[in-house]
Amino acid sequence: MSISPSNASSTSAPGLPKPLAIAGQVFFYGAFIAFIGYFSSNPRYEHLAPDKALLKISLAHFGDRECRKRSPEELAKLPRNMRNPMDCPRGRSPIRLEVDLNGVPLVQHTLKPTGLSGDGISTMYRRVELPAGEHKLAVRMNDNEREPGFKYVKEEVVNLKPGQVLVVDYNPDHGGLFFR
Amino acid sequence: MYAVTRKLAGQVFQRMEGHLDVVFGHAANPIRHMGALVFFFFWILAATGTYLFIVVDTGVVVSYQSIAALTGWSFGGVTRSLHRYASDAFLLFAVLHLLREWALDRYSGFRWYSWVTGVPLLWLMFASGIGGYWLPWDRLAQYSAVATAEWIDWLPIFAEPIARNFQSPDAVTDRLFTLLVFLHIGFPLFTILGAWAHVHRISRVDHFPSRALALGGGGSLLLLALLRPATSSSPADMTQAVASVPLDWFVLFIHPLTEHFGAGLMWLTLFGLTVLLLALPWLDRRARVPVAVVDPPNCNGCRRCYDDCPYGAVMMLPHPDKARREIAVVDADYCASCGICVGACPSSTPFRRQEQLVTGIDLPASPINQWRERLESWLALPAPAIPRIVVFGCDRAVPLAALAAEATLPLSLTCVAMLPPAFVDYALRSGADGVLVTGCRPGSCHYRLGSVWTEARLSGARPPELRSEVARERLQIFWADAHEAHSLRTALEQFREHLQDLPLSSVTPAFRRRSNIHVHQSV
Ligand code: HEM
Ligand code: SF4
Ligand code: SF4
Repeated sequence: MSISPSNASSTSAPGLPKPLAIAGQVFFYGAFIAFIGYFSSNPRYEHLAPDKALLKISLAHFGDRECRKRSPEELAKLPRNMRNPMDCPRGRSPIRLEVDLNGVPLVQHTLKPTGLSGDGISTMYRRVELPAGEHKLAVRMNDNEREPGFKYVKEEVVNLKPGQVLVVDYNPDHGGLFFR
Repeated sequence: MYAVTRKLAGQVFQRMEGHLDVVFGHAANPIRHMGALVFFFFWILAATGTYLFIVVDTGVVVSYQSIAALTGWSFGGVTRSLHRYASDAFLLFAVLHLLREWALDRYSGFRWYSWVTGVPLLWLMFASGIGGYWLPWDRLAQYSAVATAEWIDWLPIFAEPIARNFQSPDAVTDRLFTLLVFLHIGFPLFTILGAWAHVHRISRVDHFPSRALALGGGGSLLLLALLRPATSSSPADMTQAVASVPLDWFVLFIHPLTEHFGAGLMWLTLFGLTVLLLALPWLDRRARVPVAVVDPPNCNGCRRCYDDCPYGAVMMLPHPDKARREIAVVDADYCASCGICVGACPSSTPFRRQEQLVTGIDLPASPINQWRERLESWLALPAPAIPRIVVFGCDRAVPLAALAAEATLPLSLTCVAMLPPAFVDYALRSGADGVLVTGCRPGSCHYRLGSVWTEARLSGARPPELRSEVARERLQIFWADAHEAHSLRTALEQFREHLQDLPLSSVTPAFRRRSNIHVHQSV
C-alpha cells in the first residue's frame, strides 16, 4: 500500500511532522496537568462564613419506660426465674425537646423512639449556623411524656468565637444536658 | 431529541478523536483508550497505596502526623502526591469513558452487560476516593467526614446519627480510624474485582495503554506531583467548624452540591440516575439483528472466527459430522452480529464455484452470497472509460450510498472486517481497476477490532491474508469516521487519478469460469 492518500496505520499516517506532533502532545499533556492540578484543590470552597459559629443540637437518649411495681401476689404467680419486681412495657416514651435562642424558639420537637416497637433510642441531630458573639441559649428536655413540665433544663449565655462549634448534648454522666 | 443529543455528543467525541489522532497517533490517543487509562490509573493507585499503607500509622493523632510528614520531593511525598492525582485522573477518565460509550451508542443490545457492570463501579470508585480524603485527618478530612456523615444520616439506616461520631474530639477514636483504613482498602478491592467482571465477556481487552500513552499519562502525573506536592492542612479539630477548604472537585464535589440542594434531593438524584443508567440498555431498545449462524458442512474447525470475534461469542466444540474436527458454535447472548467472523472464515472466499456461496459462518441478515452477487452484477456492466473502483465500507462509518456512480460501487457491510480479503483479489480479477477499503478509524470501530483486523489481514499480518500477488497499487485503505464524508470522497478521487496512470483492467472476470452464471442487471 504505497500510494498517496492512504491513512492506514501500516503506512505512514498523514500525521504532523514529528516536532509539531511532539509540541502538540506537550500542549495536551500540559493542559491535562493544569486541569487536574488546578481543580484538585481550587477554587477553595467556603463552607462557613468567617463570622459564623456553629450550634449542633445532637442528642441520643433512651426515653423513659412506664414501669409498674408488681404486687406480691402477682409475683407469686410468675415462674421463679421471671419474678422481676418491675413490669416494664417494651415501648419507650418520646422525648420532648425545646431550644430557645435569645428568647426565640429554635427547636420544639418531639423525638420518637426508633425501632419497630418503639423501644429504641430517640435521636436528634441538627446543625444551626449562628453569628459569632453572645447568645442566650435555653434547652429543655423531658423524657417521659406522662410527667408534665421539663425534667432537664439548662440555660446559659454563651460567647461563641468565629468558627466555634457548640454541641448541645445529653449524657447522664455529664450531669444531664450539657453544652460543649 | 434524546437521539439527536446523543448523536451530537458522538460527533463531538469522534471529531476530537480525529484531531488527536493527528497529534498522538491512534495507538497513543488518550480518548481512544480511556478504559485502558482507567485501569492504568488504578494500578498507579494500587502501587502507591500499598507503599502508603506500609509507612502510614493509623490512629487519630498519628495518622495526621505520619501523612503530613509525606510532602515535598521526598520519596514518600511524591508517592503520596501521585496517589492523590492518580485518583483524580481515575475518576475523571471513568466518567469520560462512560460518556464516550454512551455518546457512541455503545450501551444497548449485546453490550448491556458491559454497561450494567460499569455503573456500580462509579459508586465504588467515589466511595474509595471520598474515604481516601479522610485518612490524613486534617481540616479537609474533617469537613468531608462530617459532610458525608450528615448526608448519610438523611437515610433511615442508622438508629443513632453517625455524625455524632464526629461531634467532639473524644468521639473520634482509633477504632474508627481502623475502620476507615479497612474501608479504603475494601472499596478499591471491590472496584478492581468489578472491573474484571466488567471486561471479562469481551476478548482482547484494551486493558493497558500503549507504551507512549502510559509514559505520557504516568509522566504527566509524576510531573504534577513534583510541581505541586500534596500537602495536609492543619489537623482536624472537632471544636472548630471548617470555614473554607481547598476542595478536590473531582472527588468531593458532592459535598457542596449536597449543601446547596439538600441531602434528600441529592440521594434522590443519585439513586434516580443510577436506576436510569442501569435501565438505559432496555429503555432504548432496538430491533435485534439475527446473530451469526454456522453451517456445519462448511466449517472445518480452523478457529479463525474464534480468534477474531471481538466479543468472545464463538466457542469451539467437537464437530458433529467430521471426526476429530471441531466446529464453531455461536453464543447468541454474546454475539454482536458484526460479521467479523464471516471475514475471517476461509470458506468465505468468492472464488469457490458454488452458485450460491455458502460459508462456514454467516450473517442471516446480510449473507456473503449477496455481496458476491452484487459485485458480480456490477462488474458485468459495460465498463466506462475511467477506472472502476469498488468501495468496501461499513454501516457505522461514512454512509456510502452517496458515492454510487457509474465507475464506483459502494458496498456497505455491517463491519468492514466482514470483508474476506479474497474479495479484494476477486474484484480486481473480475474487472475492477481498484479497491478502496474504508471504515471507522482504528480505535473508533463500533465492534472494537474491525479496522485493526482488516488492516492486518490486508497487509498479510493475520490470516486470512490477502494474497501477496495482488497488485497493492490497486488497493487503497482509507479510514474515516462517520463525519468524514468529505475526506473520504477526496481520497476516492485521488485514488482514481492514481489508477488513471495504470492500464485499465482487461481481465476475463473470474466469475465467468463458473458455469451458467446468472448476473443480475440491477444493482
Ligand atoms: C473502574 C472503572 C472502569 C474501567 C476500568 C473500565 C474499563 C473498560 C475497558 C478496558 C473496556 C474495554 C475497551 C475495549 O477493549 O474496547 C471497557 C468497555 C466498556 N465500558 Fe468500561 N470501564 C469502567 C467503567 C465503566 C462505566 C462506569 C461504564 C458505563 C456505565 C462503562 C461502560 C463500558 C462499555 C459499555 C464498554 C463496552 C465497549 C464495547 O463493547 O465496545 N465502563 N471498559
Ligand atoms: S458476528 Fe461478530 S460477535 Fe457475532 S460471532 Fe461473529 S464476530 Fe463474534
Ligand atoms: S472460521 Fe469458518 S471454518 Fe473456521 S472455525 Fe470459524 S466457521 Fe469454521
